[in-house]
Amino acid sequence: MPLRHLLAIEGMHPHDIGQLLDLAESYVLLNRSGKTQRDLLRGRTLINLFFEDSTRTRTSFELAGKRLGADVINMSVATSSVNKGETLLDTAATLNAMHCDLLVVRHAQSGAPDLLAQKVEAAVINAGDGTHEHPTQALLDALTIRRRKGRLAGLTVAICGDIAHSRVARSNIHLLTAMGSRVRVVGPPTLMPAEIEAFGVERHHDMDAGLDGADIVMMLRLQRERMGDGGLVPSAREFFRFWGLDAARLARARPDALVMHPGPMNRGVEIDSAVADDPLRSVIREQVEMGVAVRMAVLDTLSRGGANG
Amino acid sequence: MAERDLLIAGVRLIDPASGLDRPGALLVRDGRIAALGAEVTAPEGAKILDAPAGAVLCPGLVDMRAALGEPGAEYRETIASAAEAAAAGGITTLVALPDTSPAIDDPALVRLLRARGEETGSLTILPYGAVTRGCRGETLAELGLLAEAGAVAFTDGARAVGPARLMRTALAYAAGFGMRIVQHPEEPSLAAGGAATSGALATRLGLPGIPAAAEAIQVARDIRLAALTGGAVHFAHVSTAEALGLIRRAKAEGLAVTCDTAPPYFDLNETAIGAFRTYAKLSPPLRAEADRQAVAAALADGTIDAVASDHQPRDADDKRLPFAQAAPGGAGLATLLAVTLAQVHGNGLDLSAALALLTCRPAALLGIAAGRLAPGAPADLCLFQPERAWRVEAGALPGKARNTPFDGRALEGMVLGTWKAGRRVYAGPGRAIR
Repeated sequence: MPLRHLLAIEGMHPHDIGQLLDLAESYVLLNRSGKTQRDLLRGRTLINLFFEDSTRTRTSFELAGKRLGADVINMSVATSSVNKGETLLDTAATLNAMHCDLLVVRHAQSGAPDLLAQKVEAAVINAGDGTHEHPTQALLDALTIRRRKGRLAGLTVAICGDIAHSRVARSNIHLLTAMGSRVRVVGPPTLMPAEIEAFGVERHHDMDAGLDGADIVMMLRLQRERMGDGGLVPSAREFFRFWGLDAARLARARPDALVMHPGPMNRGVEIDSAVADDPLRSVIREQVEMGVAVRMAVLDTLSRGGANG
Repeated sequence: MAERDLLIAGVRLIDPASGLDRPGALLVRDGRIAALGAEVTAPEGAKILDAPAGAVLCPGLVDMRAALGEPGAEYRETIASAAEAAAAGGITTLVALPDTSPAIDDPALVRLLRARGEETGSLTILPYGAVTRGCRGETLAELGLLAEAGAVAFTDGARAVGPARLMRTALAYAAGFGMRIVQHPEEPSLAAGGAATSGALATRLGLPGIPAAAEAIQVARDIRLAALTGGAVHFAHVSTAEALGLIRRAKAEGLAVTCDTAPPYFDLNETAIGAFRTYAKLSPPLRAEADRQAVAAALADGTIDAVASDHQPRDADDKRLPFAQAAPGGAGLATLLAVTLAQVHGNGLDLSAALALLTCRPAALLGIAAGRLAPGAPADLCLFQPERAWRVEAGALPGKARNTPFDGRALEGMVLGTWKAGRRVYAGPGRAIR
């Protein structure tokens, strides 16, 4: 079935996920060869609509679009009328008038891309909405794992930290469980969302137990506002003591376990620099490279499957 | 000149207050019920309305909880538009929430709302008075003066009376005037920022959750405060099994504790929010299926004293927003009867018991002289056909507020006519009001 929008990993068929990853794989090779494919999206307009700052994700989509020949426009909240009381749906009407083909949306509210997708003619790509989903992050994580481990099925993946507020965790849980990985979520009880076991994951509050024998250790960013006054954990140092990843803790995982992080990292809060920068274990920089390839694959697929194709 | 007598004939008369349920006719004279029963016939010159087969004539409904847009949010709902929707829903008496702009915290505003109701000619509006000034939850409003002006009870509307000390004072002071405090049962700090019931669905959608226990915690505290003060507390739109269990026990202990619920809480569960469907965003949020079933069971066993519309008018711009930012609340006037009847058709609730929840029980609870079919009483009447099917279409709802959570729901039970003090104020679907 042609994909119209990419709003969530939830509900995607494993076959479609596999196809996207295969296509992304070919873009990894193309990117490494230094060639481009500038004709694929020639004449198409891609708008990066970012209601939340994210240099990394925005740049990744921008690069992906440009490598495929699209005209890429970046709209951020600071420079748009969205700050002046214009509603999301007014914005949608404006985008329709501009004949945008591909719309990449990042928004602080869960469900905002779904709302836009109902109103815009463009194919909508969710680049992260609230605490809901971040589908391209999960795809790039899966591609990174698959290239290193040769498979997703049967691997034990420990997702660690602030699960409750993480769209990355949700998308990864949906994708990895669909592809046959065993997923554990690890973190303090106050950073676990309600009934997370319903997603077919194992829940651990003890980091050592959670990492035991894991093939992949996926760390999440802990926002500063979760700590201290009115927060859900008392302090950064306490969090690091119990749920931070350092070399001693990593030793609990398999000897060939990979360390991942969606970035940007809080060094010394959820991850120790020695681990984050360990060239043998950390694939954090590779994740960024895979991000561009995955986004090229998504843009390619949507431009063919959507109403504009 | 007096109006002609009116005989509504060939109906099933149901008056839950007296236990009457029999075929017959009802005679209206000078705006009042002159006679009712099997032997009542038309006097000379009377106008006769022969009801379609199977039609039920019952007291005009008493809706004990509805928000109006007036004063302050007329773009959402005016009193005139609410009255139109109420008439189409068979409602002839409505108790209005005070958290308007300005809040109903002054006796003059109580009198104004009552007068504005009278101006409609179709709907008696009885205001709740605010518990606290501005419904801000800080200082006690002038409860005595509000009661004197005609407030039927006190509440801060959609906002819970939070601090225990304030609730204690309000309960004790109101009891001195023989008045109830109506509480929005949701522990404020647990509910803050929440958009959906905590659980797997909220987690999946990435929506901030409100635990179901936030309701039980507030209910448990306020039951204790009612016992401490001797005051009377009423819990509005109760939605969870746990809170209903606490209320059931308090009633068994003889405490002055009552409660109502609203149709969404026994007809829908949390899955109605689907993929961010803001029209199903309510406060309290729709709950898990087990809670919905518990609410339905509590209708049947008498724990719940009334079914109210919990009407909260919203306009499209309030709802066309990301879910967590959209305003909570659903329009409920036109669907109140039919969704309640779904419990009769599908869940074995007795028809007369269902109508009691919509008429005499809320009236008795608030000391309102309405909700009865009795000779001499004002002829506030609702004629409906229990089996007649229709489908809720948000765009076709009467009145101004179209924000129903029941869009597309097939229902059985259609209002055919509504009379206020003997005057017909609704003449059935598709016909002009005569």
